[in-house]
Amino acid sequence: MTATAPDTVALATAQTASRRWRMHPILLSGLILMTLIVLTAIIAPMFLSTSANALTDQTRLPPGPDHLLGTDEFGRDLLSRALVATRLTLILTVSASAISVVLGVIIGMLVWLLPDRVRRFVVGVNSVAVAFPSLVLALVIAAILGPGAETAALAVGISSIPAFVRLTVNMAAPVLGREFVGTARLLHVPRVIVMVRHVLPNMAEPLLVLAASNFAVTLVELSGLSFIGLGVQSPQYDFGLLLSDALAAIFTQPSQVVGPSVMIMLTGLAGMLIGDGLAASSNPRTRGSRRASRTGRLGRTDAVAAKSEAPVQVRDLRVSTGTGTELVRGVSFDIAPGEILGLVGESGSGKSLTAMTLAGLVPEGVNATASTLVAAGNDMLAPADPARLARDIALIYQDPMSTFNPALRVGSQLTEVARTHLGMSRGAARRALLERFEQLRITDPPRRLRQHPHELSGGMLQRAMIASSLIADAKLIVADEPTTALDVTVQAAVLRQFAAAARELGASVLFISHDLGVVEALCDRVMVMHHGEIVEEVTAQALAARDVTHPYTRKLLDAAKYVDAL
Amino acid sequence: MTAAVETRTRTRSAGGSGWPRFLGQKLVEFVVAIGALILLTFALVLLVPGDPARIAAGIDASPEQVAAARHALGLDQPLLAQFWNYVVGIFTGDLGQSFRTGQDVTAVIGVRLPFTLTIALVAIGITLVVSVMLGIAVAALTRGNRNRWLDVGFSWATATLQTLPIYVYGAILVVVFAVTLGVLPAAGAASPASYVLPAVALTLAPTCSISRIVRREASAVLEQDYMRTARGWRIGRLKQHLKYALPNLLASTLTLSGLILGNMLGGAVIVERVFSWPGLGNGVVEAILERDYPLIRGIILTIGALAIIINLVIDIILAIVDPRVLRSGKAFA
Repeated sequence: MTATAPDTVALATAQTASRRWRMHPILLSGLILMTLIVLTAIIAPMFLSTSANALTDQTRLPPGPDHLLGTDEFGRDLLSRALVATRLTLILTVSASAISVVLGVIIGMLVWLLPDRVRRFVVGVNSVAVAFPSLVLALVIAAILGPGAETAALAVGISSIPAFVRLTVNMAAPVLGREFVGTARLLHVPRVIVMVRHVLPNMAEPLLVLAASNFAVTLVELSGLSFIGLGVQSPQYDFGLLLSDALAAIFTQPSQVVGPSVMIMLTGLAGMLIGDGLAASSNPRTRGSRRASRTGRLGRTDAVAAKSEAPVQVRDLRVSTGTGTELVRGVSFDIAPGEILGLVGESGSGKSLTAMTLAGLVPEGVNATASTLVAAGNDMLAPADPARLARDIALIYQDPMSTFNPALRVGSQLTEVARTHLGMSRGAARRALLERFEQLRITDPPRRLRQHPHELSGGMLQRAMIASSLIADAKLIVADEPTTALDVTVQAAVLRQFAAAARELGASVLFISHDLGVVEALCDRVMVMHHGEIVEEVTAQALAARDVTHPYTRKLLDAAKYVDAL
Repeated sequence: MTAAVETRTRTRSAGGSGWPRFLGQKLVEFVVAIGALILLTFALVLLVPGDPARIAAGIDASPEQVAAARHALGLDQPLLAQFWNYVVGIFTGDLGQSFRTGQDVTAVIGVRLPFTLTIALVAIGITLVVSVMLGIAVAALTRGNRNRWLDVGFSWATATLQTLPIYVYGAILVVVFAVTLGVLPAAGAASPASYVLPAVALTLAPTCSISRIVRREASAVLEQDYMRTARGWRIGRLKQHLKYALPNLLASTLTLSGLILGNMLGGAVIVERVFSWPGLGNGVVEAILERDYPLIRGIILTIGALAIIINLVIDIILAIVDPRVLRSGKAFA
């Protein structure tokens, strides 16, 4: 099986390539533009050479019907000159690009044939060369060989070699690690052949993208050398030299700048568009997903619904994706003060969406509507005071490792609400948090505040998050699977502390879990969610007595039993 | 070969960590780079096709003048002695005399260096600040398909403007602000106002490239869980982005834009040409045109050393911003 691996891979590549092969609009526009420029390079010198080069007495004419861009100090037509210069510019740019791509790839592959130590040294030296400004490298070469068109192409070409060496080395590494290369080696296929047959074809696509983008860079650098006087020498001329002539006459005839500037811009743009288009068509993520509409909105629907006095009221909550798929389909519930409401269901049933929307944090990618949405007494459908929301609603998320900001110290993050919204000073907020840390039996509290999140365990972080909700006197705690990411041994302790904290605050709690055992032990009332709808609502006692009616709840209970039995 | 790849990854992830090791590694890299630069500038004269002394003295020079040029270049000495004198000269600040003016090369560099340094540093500073602010702002304003026009407009504008070379920007800026409006000087470094156009010309293209990078990185950071946590604390948008998002995208941004920032030194050479700026870039171009080899050597050595130092500083800032760099040695590895 392994022996046929190269062919299988080749086949797979060919298939994906053919499936992909629908011209990307950016690529198409780049190719059209480039074709026009190449045609100009071929045709313009044939017909426009006379008007571009012949000296006349119509000097320094402004733009007009006879000379669209005017004439220069020797009476030569500026438009013709800009168009005729395309040929030399393109020839030089293509030669320079060819030098850097071909030599870069060859050297980059030869590097992999070297012994390990030597290769690492060469790669190190090369990375120094890459970091060196390529224009300065080109200057060195121009200084050695003397100014001139060929020198400039050679200089710019050579100065980009290190970049292509690095790219080749980096791109070859993963290919060399693949199975079929190992197989080829076992079969004693010489390394050079492995390189040419397997590594090169696998790099072709990214290399093409980079070569196209490099074309624009080469153009700019070559024209730059001509511009500063070290490239093409008069009487020959390319875009760069024309621009430098224009700059010399800028006060007498500013319009002279237009021709070469526009031509450089268009040629560079063609290269960039081809590169971007190739990259975009080889990257499936950037295709197709362009039409999505705006998301993350929360809106009010007019349906008439029964109002109540509860601090948490949800009526007809609906959440749908930007493309219209409904993920939560009309959920309604209340939570009384001090009540812990459990929300269970399998992943993707809409539990987290419901909870986050209630807290006013509609995620990107979806939009939400409800006829009533009250959280801790705040109308979430109307503009609300951020300070009140921050004080009243505490959130505890599933994975403490990703919900803490990795760049900031724990203390700075967890005192944020106290400092911003409760008007506490830095010291007072720290003292309040330290007290709560001790209450939740977090070891060595002062040190924890100074640490970064990655230095603490998941259980510790989760307790720290609970502690911070205690300083703010939250009236609603939304806990989205707060113990799922934790070690089983610390789950129980964290849950106990969570329950104690909620009791102390007298807060309403929306507790999400897929663990029926946990929900049964902790909650007063449980809602079962399935495919975006609440299919059953029972008390904890009923759940414990297995007194449920909906078949889906039964299935969940059976699954839980099965897990227990394990 | 598979084994080789594995060993490489292993040696990189294992081993000591922390500042001493990192600084040691950077020091070695620095010394190697400076050594390579010294070798390169030394070889520069030797690699000239034909007789550098004759080229330097001019086509119609007498044999005596050629001999004098040969002596001035030190080419009449054995190779090793030439190299030794060159290296000793570098460390004692004696880079020889200019062929054309007879001035000490060190003195010429001393006059020109501050002009290049100020324009490059001012431009790098502006580029970083503007592109970080712009990138984050655009990422924040286009989250979840908000403001589609801004998304499309930003992508197109920056993609187009980043392909424009410095000399085109320079020409356009001169036409608009110096020729048409007449509000800013077109050339020279006579007043503080002279800094405006060269700095802006040098800044525009890199700002476009880097703000695209920042925008992409910021868009990813804004979707992270910890940003949802910060939103849950209902803190102001400015604080959310500056305190909670910015530190998390600085490291990757600096890594990805290091090369662009380093290349701005090359851009400075060209911008000096556009605005007749009396810095090293103009000096080296004139020296190359006049085959003034001692001056070419000296200026290339200085510009090269500047580039190496800028890269070193970026690497060290990276390690401060993102301590993970200390472990891998290189953020991009």
